[in-house]
Amino acid sequence: MISFTIKRLFQSVLVMLFVALLSFFLFNFVGDPISNMVGQETSHAEMDELRDRLGLNDPFIVKFGRFLGDAVQGKFGISYRLQRPVDELIVERMPATLELVFLSAVIATVLGVLGGLVTGLKPHSWFSKFILTGSLLGVSLPTFVIGILLIYIFAVTLNWLPSFGRGEVVDIGGWRTGFATVSGWKALILPAITLALYQMTLILRIIRSEMLEVLRTDFIKFARARGLKRWDINFGHALRNTLIPVITVTGLQVGSLIAFSIITETVFQWPGMGSLFIQGVQFADVPVMSAYLVLVALFFVTINLIVDLLYFVVDPRLRSDLKGGH
Amino acid sequence: MILSNLESKWAGFLDHDVTYSFLHSPTAIIAAIITVSFFILSFGAPFITSYTPFDPGSLDLMDGFIPPAWTSDGVAEHLLGTDGQGRDILAAIFYGTQVSLTVGLLSVVLSISIGIPLGIIAGYFGGITDTAIMRVADVQLTIPPILIALMIDGVARTVFTHSLHEVVAIPVLIVSIGIASWPQYARISRSGAMVERKKDYIAAAQLIQTPTYLILIRHIVPNVFGPTLIVATIGVAVAIIIEATLSFLGVGVPPTAPSLGTLIRIGNDFVFSGEWWITFFPAFTLVLLVLSVNLIGDWLRDTFNPKLR
Repeated sequence: MISFTIKRLFQSVLVMLFVALLSFFLFNFVGDPISNMVGQETSHAEMDELRDRLGLNDPFIVKFGRFLGDAVQGKFGISYRLQRPVDELIVERMPATLELVFLSAVIATVLGVLGGLVTGLKPHSWFSKFILTGSLLGVSLPTFVIGILLIYIFAVTLNWLPSFGRGEVVDIGGWRTGFATVSGWKALILPAITLALYQMTLILRIIRSEMLEVLRTDFIKFARARGLKRWDINFGHALRNTLIPVITVTGLQVGSLIAFSIITETVFQWPGMGSLFIQGVQFADVPVMSAYLVLVALFFVTINLIVDLLYFVVDPRLRSDLKGGH
Repeated sequence: MILSNLESKWAGFLDHDVTYSFLHSPTAIIAAIITVSFFILSFGAPFITSYTPFDPGSLDLMDGFIPPAWTSDGVAEHLLGTDGQGRDILAAIFYGTQVSLTVGLLSVVLSISIGIPLGIIAGYFGGITDTAIMRVADVQLTIPPILIALMIDGVARTVFTHSLHEVVAIPVLIVSIGIASWPQYARISRSGAMVERKKDYIAAAQLIQTPTYLILIRHIVPNVFGPTLIVATIGVAVAIIIEATLSFLGVGVPPTAPSLGTLIRIGNDFVFSGEWWITFFPAFTLVLLVLSVNLIGDWLRDTFNPKLR
C-alpha cells in the first residue's frame, strides 16, 4: 500500500510538472498581451517600459525558472487586465466557488445515490421509469439552459430568489462566506441546483446500472436463497460491491463541478474563480489563465489520488492482491 | 435482373433485425424524424425562409421585439417573433442549427480520426506504445472536455488577431472540441483491436506476410469501426452541447454567424425585461436536437450491444 501510494504520488507530481510546463509554454509564446492592454495612442517607448515592468523581455530559461519557483509559492504574476497580483485575485474569489461546488457536490451525491438505488432496486416501478425519463432529459439539458430556466421561473416570474450575486457575505478570517446569512443561502440555491443537476444524473445512471449488474450475480441469488434479510442483501452485499465505480465517477464528477462552475458562475454572475477565468480568456489575460489551469489540474490530481486510495478502503481484494502479487 | 437484385436487397433490408428493432421502437422513429427534419430545415434554410437574419442590410429596427405570432401583439410574418434588431427568430434558429450541426458533426469526425488510429495502434502493438498512448488518454480523460476546449479556444484567441478570429472561429471550435474528446474513441477501438489481434485470421494474415498496415486497415479497422460509430452518435450530442456552451460563454462562434448557443446568449439579456421568446425558442431547439440525437444513440447502443444496457 505504501509503495502504491508513493508510485501514485510520483505520477501526480509528473502530471503537475507537465501541466505547469504546458501552461508556461502556451502562455509565454502565444499572443502579445501588451497590445490588448494599452490604447492606440501609446508610444513604443511606453510599451517597452510596460513590457520590462511585467518581465516579458527576459530570456526563456529565466522566465521558466521564475515561473516554476513562483508557481510553487502560488505566485502567478500580475493580471494584465486588472493590474493586480493573480494570487490575490484567486484567493479573493476562491471561497465563492468552493462554497458553490461544495453544496452542489452534496446535492448531486446524496440525490444521485438515492435515485440510483431506488431505480436499481425496483427497475420496473413507475417511479423508476419517471426518474429515468427525467434523467435522459437532464443529460440533454445544457447547464446554462437549466440556469436560464431556473432564473426565469424563480427569479423573474415568481420573484422568490435572487438571480445574480452572492447576497450578503460575512468575512470570517479572510474567508467571505455566504453560509452565514439568509440572503447568502437564498442566492446559493439556484446556482447550486443548476450545477448539481447534470452531475446528479450521471451518478444516478452509474449507480443504477451497477446495481442492476450486481443484483444479477450468483452470490446475490445465493444470499437470497439463504433467506438473508432483503435490507442486508441490498446494502450489505449489493451496494458494497458497486462502490468502486461509484467512487470513481463521484470523484471525477466533483472535479468536473469545478470546471462546470465556469458556466454556472457566468449565468448567475457569481463572483468566483470561474467567472474570473472566463474574463481572462476573453481578454487574453495570460497570468489568470495559466494560474487557473495549474490550480484546476492540482485539484483534479488531488481528487484522483484520493479516489485511488479510497479503493483500498472499500475493496479488501485489492489489499491482498498487492501483498501477494509480487 | 438489376431490378430484382435491388428488390431482394430491399426485402433483405426490411427483414433485417435492425430494421425490425427500429420499426418497433416509437422513440427511435420519432427521434429519427426530428433529427432528419433538423438537417433539412437547417441546411435547406436558404430555400425555406426568405429572411436573411445575418445580413445587417436586410434588417429593420422597427421590426424589433415582436412577440410570437399567437400572442396579442404578434404578427403572422414572424411566427416566433423577432429579437431586438428585428431578426426573425425562426430563420435565425434555422441558420443557427446549421452552425451547431456542422460543428457537432465535424468535431466528432476529427475526434474519431485521431482516436481510432491511436487506439488501434495501442491495442494492436501493445507494450510501451500502448502505455504511452493510453497514459496520455487517461490524463486527458480526467479533465472535462469542455475545459480542454475552453483552453484551446483561449489560446487560439490570443494567437489570432481580433478580426482574423471571427473568420477562423468555427474551425478553431471544431479543432478544440475534436481534440478534447478523442480519448474515449481511442479506448473503444483499443479494446476492439486487442480482441481481434488474438484471433486466428490475423495470425493467418501475419503468416502469409501481409504488411502490418494492411492488416490494420483491412482487418482491424472494419471490426472496431461499428462500435465506435455507435458511441460517436452520443458524441455528436455532447459536441453540440459543448459548442453551445462555449458560444454561450462568449468564446465560441462570433455573433456574425451565430449558433444556437450564441442566440441563447443574445436572448439571455432580455429575459429580465420580459422578452422571453428571444432566448426560449433557440434553447428549446437546442434541447430537442440534443435529446433526439441522444435517443438515437441510446437506441443504436441497445440494438447493437444489448449487454451495455
